[in-house]
Amino acid sequence: MLGPAVVVPAALFVGGLVLGLAQSFNYFPVVGMNDFSLDAYGEVISRAGFLRSLALTVLVSGVTTGVTLVLGFLTALTLRRRLFARRALLFVYQLPLTMPYLVVAVGMMMLVDQSGLLARVLYHLGIITEPAQFPALVHDDRGVAIILVYVWKQVPFIGLIALAVLQSIGADYEQLARSLGATRFQTLRHILLPLVAPALVPASIIIFAFTFGSFEVPLLLGKSFPSMLSVFAYRLYTDADLAVRPQAMAAGMFIALCVLSLVYVYRRAARHALGAARS
Amino acid sequence: MTGERMLHRAVVAGILVAVVLPFLPIGLWSVGHRWFFPQLFPAELSVRGWSYLVSPQSRVLPALLNSVVIAAVVTLINVVLGVPAGRVLGTARFGMRGGIELLILAPLIVPGIAVIMGIQVVFIRIGLADTRAGVILAHLLPTLPYMILVMKGVFANYDHNYEQQARSLGARPGQVFAYVTLPSVFPGVVVGALFVFLVSWSQYVLTLMVGGGRVTTLPVLLFSFAGSGDHALTAVLSLVFVLPAVAVLAASARYLTGRSAALSGLGGR
Repeated sequence: MLGPAVVVPAALFVGGLVLGLAQSFNYFPVVGMNDFSLDAYGEVISRAGFLRSLALTVLVSGVTTGVTLVLGFLTALTLRRRLFARRALLFVYQLPLTMPYLVVAVGMMMLVDQSGLLARVLYHLGIITEPAQFPALVHDDRGVAIILVYVWKQVPFIGLIALAVLQSIGADYEQLARSLGATRFQTLRHILLPLVAPALVPASIIIFAFTFGSFEVPLLLGKSFPSMLSVFAYRLYTDADLAVRPQAMAAGMFIALCVLSLVYVYRRAARHALGAARS
Repeated sequence: MTGERMLHRAVVAGILVAVVLPFLPIGLWSVGHRWFFPQLFPAELSVRGWSYLVSPQSRVLPALLNSVVIAAVVTLINVVLGVPAGRVLGTARFGMRGGIELLILAPLIVPGIAVIMGIQVVFIRIGLADTRAGVILAHLLPTLPYMILVMKGVFANYDHNYEQQARSLGARPGQVFAYVTLPSVFPGVVVGALFVFLVSWSQYVLTLMVGGGRVTTLPVLLFSFAGSGDHALTAVLSLVFVLPAVAVLAASARYLTGRSAALSGLGGR
């Protein structure tokens, strides 16, 4: 019963990684690649743009994760309260989760482009007089529009997790802390945050990993140089010069390795924490 | 106290504005014509984008058909394979469970491009590259693990004693399935299937790589429109593309009020 459902994606996944690894080693006899070597890794790392792509990818993923965590937690603090039309509000709040990334990217482009809607609003407010005065957020060095798309998509993901935890712990701890003289901020910082944090750590690792591997959003909204790593790998893969194919594979393996080691470190840390808590 | 209430109101207003904001220019562009900086609203309205949609030379309708067929077949395969697998993982106890679960989870978290680049050479060899069948197979990579996880959650809360009671009261296996098992897991299957449809519907990179530009789905077409700079067409196509997402959320809204397991896989793609 378990068989095909697990085997099909696992075969694609493991097969993809093993074959990618083989091709990154320049070793894939079926297509006439016979000399095993690690050259592609050295070549891709020394390629102009690799390190800058890596830096951009880490920057975008890190900022996205941080901003998403803060906004998700803060909105959950409001959403747990008794609000007017709370069900409808929660529906709207979750809407971004199901929206395709590409559509959000298109909307964000039309919104924050130098001649986009926001720039026009600023013009009518008398803050800018021409598009060039609006900061370049699309096709820029820092990937601001990319970050905006990922934050927009993922805030409810964090928010719903935080909301579930907040609702399950109830108001007792908070009331106790308040009655002992804690300020609202102290309650937030020393009671609510520590209670919610354990659930948010795995969620933020997922967000970091997803953003790290993002493809279509930076392909549409990012600069061509430096680009995020997935786009960097894709450009090498589609290069007319087939000799750089192993470098594309090496870049792909590098992305997979980053994400997998992140998950591995987290699982180890979680197990350690669990062990420490038990002993 | 009132200050705090004001703060919460501001947060609610912020949420509403932030969610609507990216769709504002899409909506305006879909009916706008020659809408130049610094005009806040299009000076001329036009249905050019919408009439292109249904015109004979439209590339949208074939892409729409491709998208629907691919996502429907992917969903069907997911239900047929994923439900029984979820049942095994959700109920049975056996060795290697942790390992198998890790193997199921890993494809959800490792970026598709890293995996598909390596295996594309096999797709080319066995003739699956540039075909719908190849794209469907590739779409199983991000969907099946997700379906299994949702069904695992459904079956973990499922009480097998009802089946035994039905059996002891004389129900045949077929009847047990039809009257006991199916009704109790059906909402979970529907939610899982809806979201699998959506993941396949929104998939871009796997379709691009395996389909090689020959299998044109809506996201592939949308990307080329967005790159071409024709904002009106891009906006119209965006709205068409986004409709099922809204429909899916509306359909499953009552299952998804705050603490649903079905959402846990959807943080990203």
